[in-house]
Order: sequence, then C-alpha cells, then structure tokens
Amino acid sequence: MSESVAAAGATAPAAEPQRRGRIPDFLLCAGLALAGVVVLVDALQLSNNRTGTDPLGPRPVPVLVGSLLIILAAALAVAVARGNLGEQEAGEDIDLHVKSDLKAVLLLVGVFAANILLIDILGWVISGGLLFYGCAIVLGSRHFIRDLVIAAALSLGTFYGFAIGLGVGLPAGILQGIL
Amino acid sequence: MEGLQFLLEGFATAATPVNLLLALLGVVIGTAVGVLPGIGPAMTVALLLPVTYGLEPTGALIMLAGIFYGGMYGGSTTSILLNTPGESASVVTALEGNLMAKSGRAAQALATAAVGSFVAGTIGTMLLAFAAPYVTRFAISLGAPEYFAVMLLAFIAVTAVLGSSRLRGFISLTIGLTIGLIGIDAVSGQARLTFGIPQLADGIDVVVVAVGIFAVGEALWVAAHLRRKAAEVIRVGRPFMGKADWKRSWKPWLRGTAYGFPFGAVPAGGAEIPTFLSYITEKRLTKHPEEFGKGAIEGVAGPEAANNASAAGTMVPMLSLGLPTNATAAVMLAAFTSYGIQPGPLLLQREGDLVWGLIASLFIGNTLLLLLNLPLAPLWAKLLRIPRPYLYAGILFFASMGAYAVNGSPFDLILLLALGLLGYVMRRFGLPVLPLIVAVILGPRIELQGRRALQLSSGEWRGLFGSTNPATGEFQLSPIAITVYVIIVVILIWPWLFKAIRRVLPAKAAAAVEAVSEEPALLVAEHHYVDVPDETATHPDSKEVRE
Repeated sequence: MSESVAAAGATAPAAEPQRRGRIPDFLLCAGLALAGVVVLVDALQLSNNRTGTDPLGPRPVPVLVGSLLIILAAALAVAVARGNLGEQEAGEDIDLHVKSDLKAVLLLVGVFAANILLIDILGWVISGGLLFYGCAIVLGSRHFIRDLVIAAALSLGTFYGFAIGLGVGLPAGILQGIL
Repeated sequence: MEGLQFLLEGFATAATPVNLLLALLGVVIGTAVGVLPGIGPAMTVALLLPVTYGLEPTGALIMLAGIFYGGMYGGSTTSILLNTPGESASVVTALEGNLMAKSGRAAQALATAAVGSFVAGTIGTMLLAFAAPYVTRFAISLGAPEYFAVMLLAFIAVTAVLGSSRLRGFISLTIGLTIGLIGIDAVSGQARLTFGIPQLADGIDVVVVAVGIFAVGEALWVAAHLRRKAAEVIRVGRPFMGKADWKRSWKPWLRGTAYGFPFGAVPAGGAEIPTFLSYITEKRLTKHPEEFGKGAIEGVAGPEAANNASAAGTMVPMLSLGLPTNATAAVMLAAFTSYGIQPGPLLLQREGDLVWGLIASLFIGNTLLLLLNLPLAPLWAKLLRIPRPYLYAGILFFASMGAYAVNGSPFDLILLLALGLLGYVMRRFGLPVLPLIVAVILGPRIELQGRRALQLSSGEWRGLFGSTNPATGEFQLSPIAITVYVIIVVILIWPWLFKAIRRVLPAKAAAAVEAVSEEPALLVAEHHYVDVPDETATHPDSKEVRE
C-alpha cells in the first residue's frame, strides 16, 4: 500500500516495465497548478474580517495551501523535466509490464456510477448486488451464473447481517417490506 | 501504577458477554479480511469500520480493536504464505517467512509469527497502559503554540522521513491539506471550497477519504494492471512449533518487542526501521547463520514481534496526543471522530472509560487471536486462493457500503468515486498516500491551533513560538515549541547537512556519522539491499527512476 511494498516486489520479473513518456507527468503538474489556482480564487472570495478573537481570519491558510500547490507543481515539473519520474505502485496482483487497461477502469467507474444512481431507488440488496456482479465481470470473471449467486448472497448477507443485525444504515429501496 | 488500576476498570468494561462477543466478531472478520492478498491492516480497518456504526462507542471501539489485531495477524499470514506483504511493515517478515514456508516449515513460521505477535502485543499494550497517563499529563501541559509545533512535526515526519521522494510526499501532504480545507471554517463560519454544494458544508468525512484513497483507488489501480496468473500459495497444516523452535524464538520475540515499541511511540518511527533492525540483530546473534537466506525462524520471530510492538507503540501518540503516525492509526483516529469522540490531549481525561476499555480489549483481542488462529490457519490459507475478480469486486462492494453508511446518502458515494480516482492517479505517479490521510485529519486541527496561538498573542507572529505569562504579563518563548522547531529544521535539511558533514570530515569520522545517520539510510537499505537471495527481484521501476 506504499512505495516500500512496491520495492519489496519479489514477484516482479527482472525485465524493464513499459516505457512511458513524460506527458502524463506534466499533465499531473498542470492539474496540481490548476487546483492551486482554484484554491486561491476561492480564498480571495472570502471576506477576511479579522477580529480580536480571530486575528488571522479564514483567508491566509487557503492562500498558503493554494500557493504551495502551485510551487510544488512547478518543482515537480522541473523534476520530471530532469527525468525524475514517479515509481508506479507495484503489488502482487499488479503487472506493470502490460499497458494500462483503461477500458477496465472506465467500465468499473461506470458500474460504480450506476450504483450511485440506483442505490436509493432499488435499495442496497439489488443495487449492491449489481455492483458486485458488474465489477466481477469487468475484472474478467466469466462464471456468469456463479457470479450472480455470489453477488446475491453477498448483498443479502450484508443487508441482514449489518443493516438489520448491527444497525448499519443501508436502504431497502423497492424491496421495503419484502426483506 | 495508576495505569494498572484504570486498566482493571477497563477490563470490567470490556469483559461483558456482549463486548467479548463483539471482540471475537472483530477478530474473526478482521483476520478474514486482513488475510486477503493486497489488503493491509489500514485498509482492513477502513473497510470494516462502517460495520461498527450501529453500535454505541464502547462496543464499536472494542470491535475495532479486534479488527485491528485481526488485520495485523492476517497480514503476516499473507506475507509468509504468498511472499506478498500487505504493507511495508511486514516486508521483513516475508523475507525469511516465505523461505521457511517454501522449505516445508510453513506451520512453524506461522506459529512463531502468531505467538510472537501475541507476546509483543501483550507487552506493548502493557507499556501503553503505563505510558499513556504520563504522556497525557505532558500533553495537557501543552498550549496552542506547542501543540501547533508538534502537529507540524508530525506532518514533516510522515512526509520527509518515510517514503522515497520528499517532493512527492509534500505534494501528497498539500493535496490532503486542500481536502481538509473543504467545509465551513470553524472560527469564522465562512464556507471554503464548497462551491455552493450544501453537502460539503461539514467537510468530507475522513472515513470516506480513507476508504476512497486506500480501497477504491487500489481496486481501480489493480484493475488497470491485473496480473492474469495469480501468485502461488503454499499449503499449510495446523501451525505448531517443536521444542527447538521455541528455544530459538523466545529471545527474538523479546528483542523485537524492545525495538518495536519505542519506534512506534515516536512520530515518524514507523514499523519499517525496527523490523529491519530486528532482522539484522537476529542475523548477527543467531547460532544458525547458515539458515539465514534459507528460512531461519529467528528472522520471522524477531521482525514479527517488532511489527506488533510498534503497532502498540503507535497507540501512545494516537491516544494521548491525537497524532496518527501510520496509516492504521490514521484510520483509527478517523473512526474516533465518526463515533463522536474528539481525539487529542483531553481524550484520556474526558473519555477515560472508553480509552481504558479500548486498551483492555486490545489485550482480549490479542488473546482471542492466538486461541482462534492457530487452529484456523489452514482455513485462512484457503482465502488466499480467492479469485481476483471477486477480491476486487468485493473491495468495491464493501467500500460503497461503508461510504453510504457514513451519512446514509449517495452523495458520499460520488465523493468516494472522485477520491478513488485521485487514489488511482497517486498510485500511477508514485505519490505516497499516507501524508494525504494525515493531512486531512490534522490539517483542520493545526489551523485551529495556529489561529488560537495567534489569538493569544493578539495577532503577533511570535505567538507561534511561545506565550505571554499570565502572572507577569511578560512574553516567554516556549522551550518545547523551540525544540520541536529545531527538530523539524534538522529533518528538513538533513540530506544537505549529511553531505556537508561528509565533505568536511575525514573518512574515518564520516563513517561514524554514517553509523549515526543509519536511520534514514535504513529505509533505503531495506528497499534495495535486503532482497531475497534466490530471487532476482529488483524493483521494476527502480532503474527508470535512477536514470
């Protein structure tokens, strides 16, 4: 979960991982700088009425943080230009030698977003079950029936175990009264 | 000895049948989740935290203590049987542990890890019980300027001492500070960075941040690079140790504990350094040096004890100062706030029953773990074979459940997804996640303390360095704050300082300095030189970085 885990990488073969360009790293710098600008603009909109009980006011800290973001973005850009690229995080289930499978990430985001839209309408049991089912298939599972059974068992199990058993607030949705 | 009396009262709180059941439940699901590959203790606690939401704070904390120890134990099982440490703290355990397992001594490796964890956890928790009242007394004596300085030290420590790139650490820290700014300013009541969205007025819940960055970010990152062939799992029977194993294990357990606790208890000590120190100590002291590199039991017993003692040690600053020094403590502090408990120097005074109940349940959880896990180890080992699509789909499933349960609103799921994407980007560009989490927790508090310090000095900057003596009306510098600032400066300029010393001093003296400076160097050593001998593994990216 941290770089040191990555460094342990005993599972990684000795070959070079995929070569990468520097453009994404520069995009990251741009994103950080943009975030800094947003923080600064937001801070300047605050009315900074200093009082005896608050001599600093609400503005200086966001101004400091926003400026730091911009300065650090510039420093990172210099580091990247000098060839200092970040270590991508490794792990036992991670193969850094293949190209990033962005399609899988986008599909997962889609399944996740569907759950956000559906959870209050359909309830946790249906929408959570679909979330698990969808994610498992996106991640390469091809046992469609078995996946569905596991998804149903998980969502029913968590609903009864946690929502009803331990009082965790999960919505019943359209199954209200049936469950 | 006041700690002992409070501790007994804590046992009275923790040892009711319901609470014992909760501790047992916590240990079981904590181990079951913690043993899953890729899930370290911090993510285990973050994912399972919402499970405790329906309980009253005492019960919730007791269950959390069980989850915490279960997650720790599960992590060591994974590293021994799969050679895939769930977090940096178990890297060293994995070295000899996995070699033992490969040479058919998995049962002994698991047993010495389990008993060693128990011994270290018990001694560590005992030390915690004795230290907590004293540290708290010290903590209460701190005013706003000192508290500000100590929190600043925690920032600098997690950012500049741990991790490989300081620049990236500071970027992560600043992103965390930005997230911490969101919401209504506690002093002036003005909304910052809320963009008119009412749900953001209370800020983003730290639990949502932790689950988003740790769990969702990890799942998305793995999804983009999923290895098609799962790693090999070593079969294991019931853990046991022979007489010779006991004889070779007990000293490393105690030495590991002695290394682990003090490092855990100071900000930025972490578990990496003591586990590594324990490893080299055992390697030097062993009567079987030929076994090191082939699976020596001392090399599992010592580091595993150091890891657990360090975890107990991190509870000291966490409970007495509200300072998180590792990822797990950060998530536990997030848990405190979500139970409506305000962490900080007054915690032990205000919520004494609760804290002592928690400490007592650490003992109980630790014992339950030993009783439960020796017989259940083969079952846990089966969990390692879980198909990866189910594992990561399950992580997303439980993460969503937890984030929804925080406020019962889908809005937190939107935040969770956004933070998950941020976690993905951070992993892609090698930004460490720990500084971000610590900044989200401490950011608002450090701003509050800083502004309070300036309020006491009527807006003069020297208010950050000391305060006006109420009796004499004279301004006095605070020795504590000044000391802490000096430490911060030394940490920050250390790389240059180190170089300068080496240049000025002749070679012999430089070697002595190097020995003293071993601390920061050790982390590097652990990463690059302690590789498993028979594996040709160097980090895939390290070449690229050095270019």
